[in-house]
Amino acid sequence: MARSEQEILEGLAEIVNEETGLEAEEVQMDKSFTEDLDIDSLSMMTIVVNAEDKFGVRIPDDEVKNLTHVKDAVSYIANNQG
Amino acid sequence: MLLEGKKLLITGVLMDTSIAFHVARLAQEQGAEVVLTSFGRTMRITQAIARRLPAPAPVIELDVQDDEHLDTLADRVGEHVDHLDGVLHSIGFAPQGAFDFLGASWEDVATAMQVSAYSLKSLAVAALPRMSAGGAVVGLTFDAQYAWPVYDWMGVSKAAFEATSRYLARDLGPKGIRSNLVSAGPISTTAAKSIPEFDQFARWSEHSPLGWDVKDPVPAAQACVALLSDWFPATTGEIVHVDGGFHATGF
Repeated sequence: MARSEQEILEGLAEIVNEETGLEAEEVQMDKSFTEDLDIDSLSMMTIVVNAEDKFGVRIPDDEVKNLTHVKDAVSYIANNQG
Repeated sequence: MLLEGKKLLITGVLMDTSIAFHVARLAQEQGAEVVLTSFGRTMRITQAIARRLPAPAPVIELDVQDDEHLDTLADRVGEHVDHLDGVLHSIGFAPQGAFDFLGASWEDVATAMQVSAYSLKSLAVAALPRMSAGGAVVGLTFDAQYAWPVYDWMGVSKAAFEATSRYLARDLGPKGIRSNLVSAGPISTTAAKSIPEFDQFARWSEHSPLGWDVKDPVPAAQACVALLSDWFPATTGEIVHVDGGFHATGF
């Protein structure tokens, strides 16, 4: 069953929390991964791999660079989830 | 199956685009038991990616610049498998400064050399207590006979890496252990993306008799599996080109 954007946001926030220790409430749609959440490329790779497994999506490397904000990742996952 | 009952140590699995990932996958499909290595913050990525393999594979930590990791490797491998039939070296790193040939500092070059060339010797020696006659060390190179665009001190490190494999072949041969390399054409892995202007290698295909797909790591992985198997029993110090035939032809 397809997850709503809110469910995806919550799931993504859990993954970000596990990787970075950031409080899940910090992970809001309008936040930038690099500028607001201070997530570096290695953490981003870990988050992407875990998100792929959790949501049953493939996020190609070429796509990752377009996912600058939390909302970009959430909408990519929403549109491509398995 | 080609690797029935074999036990392998496989380094360099980062993403599922990694050549090493496909070696691990094919090895398991061919009957091998596989232990992976990773290090530092990449451990978590490797652990997640390992779950995409056909069978479970433990991940142990190995930073080839850390003597303690190397000294304890055989013991830590022994927690998972009682011996090793083969080791895959898929490790390379050069600081960005090493991709400026005339401007590179010795410090950057030394790091590239240690991680990308000397580590083949370090890894083989660290694994040796678990290995016996019939064992194989296999590594991945990028043809170091030529000066490539942008590859710079990584290319020099690969030349040292290729020489290291020949000396390993000399010194491990009396123990019945082989050392061979696969010289793969350019493959668009995470490692390759860290090389500036990697796109320049896209034209490889035009000059390869068989053509070349930079997005396909499987042919290189298949060659690694073959060299890890018992089907190259009298081959050591060799470099097998898996490059679409690029190395053999001029324009």
